[in-house]
Amino acid sequence: MLEVRNLHSFYGDAHVLHGVSLEVKAGEVVALLGRNGMGKTTLIRSIMRLAQPQMREGSLLWKGEELKHLTPHEVAKKRIALVPQGRRLFPSLTVVEHLTMLKPASAKHGWTVNRVLEMFPRLAERKNHRGNQLSGGERQMLAVGRSLMIDPELVLMDEPSEGLAPVMVQHLETIIADLGKTGLAILLVEQNLYSALSVASRIYVLETGKVVHAASVEEVKKDQAPLMRFLGVH
Amino acid sequence: MMRSATALALRSPLSFLALLAVIFGLLPLLVSSYQTSVANEILIFALLAMSIDVLAGYAGRTSLGHGAIFGISTYVVIYWTTLMGGSPWVGCILGIAAATLTAAVFALLAVRVSGVYFLLLTLALGMIVWGVCLRWTSVTGGENGIRGAGRPDVIADPIAFYYMTLATVLFFTLVIWRFVHSPFGLTLRGIRDSESRMRSLGYGTATHMFLAFTITGLFAGVAGALYALFNDFVSPSTVQLAQSVEGLLMAIIGGVGTLFGSFIGAAAIILLENFVSQYTARWPMVLGLMFICTMIFAPQGVLGALRKLMGWKQ
Repeated sequence: MLEVRNLHSFYGDAHVLHGVSLEVKAGEVVALLGRNGMGKTTLIRSIMRLAQPQMREGSLLWKGEELKHLTPHEVAKKRIALVPQGRRLFPSLTVVEHLTMLKPASAKHGWTVNRVLEMFPRLAERKNHRGNQLSGGERQMLAVGRSLMIDPELVLMDEPSEGLAPVMVQHLETIIADLGKTGLAILLVEQNLYSALSVASRIYVLETGKVVHAASVEEVKKDQAPLMRFLGVH
Repeated sequence: MMRSATALALRSPLSFLALLAVIFGLLPLLVSSYQTSVANEILIFALLAMSIDVLAGYAGRTSLGHGAIFGISTYVVIYWTTLMGGSPWVGCILGIAAATLTAAVFALLAVRVSGVYFLLLTLALGMIVWGVCLRWTSVTGGENGIRGAGRPDVIADPIAFYYMTLATVLFFTLVIWRFVHSPFGLTLRGIRDSESRMRSLGYGTATHMFLAFTITGLFAGVAGALYALFNDFVSPSTVQLAQSVEGLLMAIIGGVGTLFGSFIGAAAIILLENFVSQYTARWPMVLGLMFICTMIFAPQGVLGALRKLMGWKQ
């Protein structure tokens, strides 16, 4: 479904991604692990074709179609959604406005406002609260809910558990697992190893801009030593 | 009781429009014809201020070109009726179309920039329009301007024209309110909050800004056409920078992003111009003082401050 081949991305002269290759298949939850500064967010931003970083080499194939010449909104129109790091909500918009901005409340097909609010009852209780009046967990739920409103086939989630209380992280894992069961493909960028392993079927490890380890979760569960070595966990 | 009725009116668009309709509707029965014509001017400029407020308050782009767009509509209506001998109604349609087209041209150039660059670019475009109106004397009459051919019979009576203005402005206020609260209007607020975030959600923000600018140009064009019928005269002063600045000040004094605050801002400035100037030639000083006080004590404008004070939802 999504194939990243030999991707080289730069911030100015800084060469951040050095020939990254990975694949996300339809309906699959894939985790991208790595320590801070290894290029995980850079990879997500490259896939979304945001202005920075610059992609100078490699290809981004979505169902066989090249994405590298598209603008971010054209990528989103291919039904690839982003849940950005830090949630990045709109402070002046309410919960419902965040959702209706992307699709009218009267929409009947795909992800609708009501379907998102059913999935996140906490948001339904706060539907008239503004983005800046929500707790961290609620913001994350809204960021995920907002991404669903474009009826994505692939969601790129950039460290969704960052800064959340353990109980909220567990709740989020349940949500990601539930979304995975609906047939949605998810590329999950995580630093929280156990959170990633609980929802993903495959993992990639990024180290200084290169994929240094790829394995299925079954393989990791049988032998965690290689993964721990790459992540610097002893 | 009265206070709660006012509160309700300022919170709900339909009740606000009903309140406006009652207040402005009764005015001709209560005040002199001169004061009615001042109220007429307030309504026209409130519409111009609202068109600026949509961009400044909802899309986060402050335009100093809408006065010129407004003035182009006025020029076209008066040129069409006086020099071409055409129908004023057709002239109004042509004026609004010309204003919308001008706004589209402005938008093509301006939507790719933001902040102070947007402000300066729209200012420069407005200055070009002013320069053309001043120098293209064969068409615009230069500094002498063009005198209109008078209003059509059906609205020749100032009171009949006043009610037509009131109905038009109330209708477009409702249209603008619907516009800013539509999903499209929400995307403008999203662009104001973060353009890059909107792009990553799948929006071509330049297209949205282009449409928003053009549509607000249409609203300014409607105000300009009404002004042509009201003033029956047009000169370069109608398209000058001061017109845009005044419209912006009206939006700011009323409350940027409140929409209905434009009526308060327009009333404050036009009443000052018309009544304080009777007592002192230094009325612009009073206007300046009022603006400074607003910025210090109610930077969110009069309606914004009222909302904050009363804890009303925006």
